[in-house]
Amino acid sequence: MAETTAVTATTGVTGATIELEGLSKRYPGSPQPAVDSVSMEIGAGETVILVGPSGCGKSTTLRMINRLIEPTSGRIRINGEDVTDIDPVKLRRRIGYAIQSSGLFPHLTVAQNIAQVPKMIGWGKQRIKDRVEEMLDLVGLDPREFHDRYPRRLSGGQQQRVGVARALAADPPVLLMDEPFGAVDPITRDHLQDELIRLQHELHKTIVFVTHDFDEAIKLGDRIAVLREQSHIAQFDTPEAILTNPADDFVSGFVGAGAALKRLNLTRVRDVGIADFPSATVDEPLQAILAGLRHGGVNELLLLDRRGRPYKWLRRGDLMRARGTLARAGTLVTHTVSRDATLRDALEAVLTDSGGRAAVTGRRGEYVGVVDMETLMDSVHQMLEADRLTALEHQEELLEHERATRPRDGEPQ
Amino acid sequence: MTAPAARPSRRRITIGKLLVTPAVLAVLLLTLYLWITHVRLDSIERNSLQGSQVRLYLWQQIELTAVSTFFVLVIALPLGILLSRRFARPAAPFAVALANLGQATPAIGLLALLTFWLGIGARTALVGMVAYAVLPVLSNTMAGLRAIDPAMLEAAKGIGMSPLGVLGRVELPLAVPLILAGVRTALILNVGTGTLAAFAGGGGLGNLITAGITTQRTRVLIVGAVLTVCLALLVDWLASLAEVELSPRGLEVRQ
Repeated sequence: MAETTAVTATTGVTGATIELEGLSKRYPGSPQPAVDSVSMEIGAGETVILVGPSGCGKSTTLRMINRLIEPTSGRIRINGEDVTDIDPVKLRRRIGYAIQSSGLFPHLTVAQNIAQVPKMIGWGKQRIKDRVEEMLDLVGLDPREFHDRYPRRLSGGQQQRVGVARALAADPPVLLMDEPFGAVDPITRDHLQDELIRLQHELHKTIVFVTHDFDEAIKLGDRIAVLREQSHIAQFDTPEAILTNPADDFVSGFVGAGAALKRLNLTRVRDVGIADFPSATVDEPLQAILAGLRHGGVNELLLLDRRGRPYKWLRRGDLMRARGTLARAGTLVTHTVSRDATLRDALEAVLTDSGGRAAVTGRRGEYVGVVDMETLMDSVHQMLEADRLTALEHQEELLEHERATRPRDGEPQ
Repeated sequence: MTAPAARPSRRRITIGKLLVTPAVLAVLLLTLYLWITHVRLDSIERNSLQGSQVRLYLWQQIELTAVSTFFVLVIALPLGILLSRRFARPAAPFAVALANLGQATPAIGLLALLTFWLGIGARTALVGMVAYAVLPVLSNTMAGLRAIDPAMLEAAKGIGMSPLGVLGRVELPLAVPLILAGVRTALILNVGTGTLAAFAGGGGLGNLITAGITTQRTRVLIVGAVLTVCLALLVDWLASLAEVELSPRGLEVRQ
């Protein structure tokens, strides 16, 4: 864990570390604590997802971080400072908070909603005004259009964006999100998740995010804490490790079927070997292309258009029949993937392409290489193997840690 | 693009709302005036319906209504806020029961009892009126505060509002529509019970009505009654305008 902190700390992190130490919540009159001794270290700039079935105490745990729920025992440290006993109101002004269905105030305009926290901490008028515009821009809402709108005139997704803008308005180092995308439709949710990833790329906040959706957790999390009842941590690790090596039956049950397929979502095309493929542009004379095919010892090449974008797959036979013009020869390239596409998208493209490969394009759509079935399978196997090894190591560490802290638990085999 | 958002807010009070009630009242009062100045009145009627006398009663009635409503607000609003705080929740049923008692007791009986206790005068009448009208404001204040989505209050707390901040910036503005509805009810009640102030020697238009009854002069009674009705309708109209104008924007726009 120390390594993660060190690594992220070098890249302009604005987040703060969070340490939870033996955090418990016991409600009077109930025999079992709602949250039982959670200990967790979260690095600065890290996105940690708390995921678990309903009623497992994940929300309670989150709300203990900004002390909306006062812990019965345990300590909370933010950036090393013990905040367990400081004024909760002051603490909350330093922590962004976004909840499901946004919690916007319906009687205030979008701008007034966003301005709440900066106002409370005493920013000047002009500074607040500028900040509101900046935040609206940041979450992708046109300030001119949305500034004076009331929340009830916004769609669910727009409300959620404003909710995030409000949480971030005073530039807090820590952002707590309690199932923020739980109430929007799947397509909007997907957009909002992408937005959050982009935001986090720019801002490097420390985000603690609660969800019950494991796919959401995989997509957003640097690390995921899978919680069982009373917020006991079943596994706290990177998405890769949890997918390939779930700690026990509870975690694998939560991961669900298709772990290997989900794993494909975690790797980008740029991370696997992009193979070279013989290519030619439409401007080259036919003879030169033919010669290239013959000398290269290959049966097929990729024809690029004038701007270097993949255009057609050409086989040797196509060229023979071309008779001087390429206009009708070959098959058009229908699917390309960008270097930022996930391996899942790449697999999709490879499967739909007749030749069993997909052209990879750069930022402006220019050709950079191809991925084929073989590369995909090889890299997936390598990845899974590597994941398995690291996960095993992690698990061992975790077990040792558990053995040291809680001797009564028999470790699962 | 901002135009559609601005348009509904400019037109909150429609012309119909603004003009219909005053027009009806004006016609009613004019008819009353023309009628009373064109019939022959006997000396008792003339005595009772002197312009200065009627104006005095009307003014007393308005004063009674305003002062009693003021005290209703001073008592019921803070009490309603207090009783909706978490620590005071257990006390709420008792307070509401007490307020219920005030309203359930027939107003005239209440006034009669109070005269024994406090003697005769405007003060006694006011105490009775206040006791009678506390309930709607109190219960509406509590209902308005309770109707707010707890998740919203949680969000308010979560972004760092102090308890007072949550109350002032979120809870009260959101409860304003219901509170104002309660205040409007209280106002109307007070115009009505204000006529009973006459029994406790508190003055007001009730004097005309009782005089009309005791001297068996129907016209005097009618003038008192019609003026009371007009005053009630006028107050209700003003309150409805205030309700529309003071309700937070943003609550009315629904998709």
